[in-house]
Amino acid sequence: MPDTDIQGSAYNYAYLDEQTKRMIRRAILKAVAVPGYQVPFGGREMPLPYGWGTGGIQVTAAIIGRDDTLKVIDQGADDTTNAVSIRRFFARVADVATTTRTEEATIIQTRHRVPETPLRDGQILVFQVPIPEPLRMLEPRETETRTLHALSEYGVMQVSLYESIARHGRIAKTYNYPVMVNGRYIMSPSPIPKFDNPKLDRSPALQLYGAGREKRIYAVPPHTPVKSLDFDDHPFEIETWTESCALCGSKESFLDEMIVDDAGKRLFVCSDTDYCESRR
Amino acid sequence: MRGPLLSACGVTKRFGGRIACRDVSFDLWPGEVLGIVGESGSGKTTLLNCLAGRLAPDGGSVTYETLSAGIVDVHHLSEARRRLLARTEWGFVNQDARDGLRMGVSAGANIGERLMAVGARHYGEIRREAIDWMTRVEIDADRLDDRPTTYSGGMRQRLQIARNLVSKPRLVFMDEPTGGLDVSVQARILDLLRGLVEGLHLSAVLVTHDLGVARLLTHRLMVMQGGMVVEQGLTDQVLDDPQHAYTQMLVASILPV
Repeated sequence: MPDTDIQGSAYNYAYLDEQTKRMIRRAILKAVAVPGYQVPFGGREMPLPYGWGTGGIQVTAAIIGRDDTLKVIDQGADDTTNAVSIRRFFARVADVATTTRTEEATIIQTRHRVPETPLRDGQILVFQVPIPEPLRMLEPRETETRTLHALSEYGVMQVSLYESIARHGRIAKTYNYPVMVNGRYIMSPSPIPKFDNPKLDRSPALQLYGAGREKRIYAVPPHTPVKSLDFDDHPFEIETWTESCALCGSKESFLDEMIVDDAGKRLFVCSDTDYCESRR
Repeated sequence: MRGPLLSACGVTKRFGGRIACRDVSFDLWPGEVLGIVGESGSGKTTLLNCLAGRLAPDGGSVTYETLSAGIVDVHHLSEARRRLLARTEWGFVNQDARDGLRMGVSAGANIGERLMAVGARHYGEIRREAIDWMTRVEIDADRLDDRPTTYSGGMRQRLQIARNLVSKPRLVFMDEPTGGLDVSVQARILDLLRGLVEGLHLSAVLVTHDLGVARLLTHRLMVMQGGMVVEQGLTDQVLDDPQHAYTQMLVASILPV
């Protein structure tokens, strides 16, 4: 049944037509059934450019309902252009409540961060993904990367980490750090800082990843093991800071470095604005 | 008495109406080096690719005796098993080292790739192994972190050999390993290969058009012409007393120095 009962709108509920939503939901179901596997889907033109979250917005549109409460973050912040536009978009086309509070949200669409506040059962985290294929920079052929995934042939990924240590003395990759999902598929966690990787592991929330340009959806179901790749003698480590947040004093959260005047004065603040505000 | 390591039986490969190799049969015994010689276009490389499981033949079969699972038909294995075989028990040395190496990563990563592919996860040990192999193929260990793009042709070829041998294969396929290298570099690589083949008890199938290389490295020789094997036998026998007219012509056309 089409749901077009939006006051004064010519659009279907949540922008996408029902057939498209059905197709995306089927892709999501498959993705959840095979954690970490990239499911192709028929990506649609969305009213924003590729690279701005067309994948995430389509996934959100397919799963959102009137009872949901939506939070949108961009680099951890609720008040950046992208976050504000997508939040307003869904408030208008899906008639949902929006929030900036992590605890209150049922769906959190995110770009480049996982909220600091631990997620709980029933929450869904929707990631915007630019390049879903973790092996892309190592193997340009799509047919070959699919074979490598199918046969679980992941030596080449380890080669890239080896190369990083050989050149920099440590694994220098700090974002989009490759992970092994459920001991089977290597997955790109989207360009979140590696600081957030441990939060993906056995998270009680459902994680959905949407890549609009590449037209792929993949997922990590709740409580699924997610392991960051490493070497026995160069174990995975997250970023640390000697400073604490200038606004809330947090020593545990991911900090952004800001230049605050022409003299080059620097300030460290939480990247997660909601977390920071709730602590002040 | 153990059976042959690799057996080809009536291997035939067509490309459309053109027959690249026809009804090739032979046995390769453990520790043996088999040479395949013939002019360009005689089907040597196609045959090698069929043997190594890279091309599916149109007729005939290739069987290989694995370490763990007994005798298998190379072309009836699942792709996963075949690829596993190719990166553990087998090696493949290409004529152009660029085809066999990852040019974008360091020599150490190139050598370590096979180790990591089968589960090595200790950086220090992978590196030690890589240094060991650099020394064995006579490349300075301090070039370990350099990319193969900065290597000379001969060094690249030696690196490719090390990258293949690090997983301790039992069988190595070589497609003109010394093609395109100058004579003194060729001689050093041949010397190296001969030492490695003997030291590691490798079996090898070597494709070459250079009878000198065949004489130095191989125990047995197959001469191919137009996709057919026209003569085969012990290398010295074939080269010193060629029976087939084409082999006689081939031997006669070696330039005297």
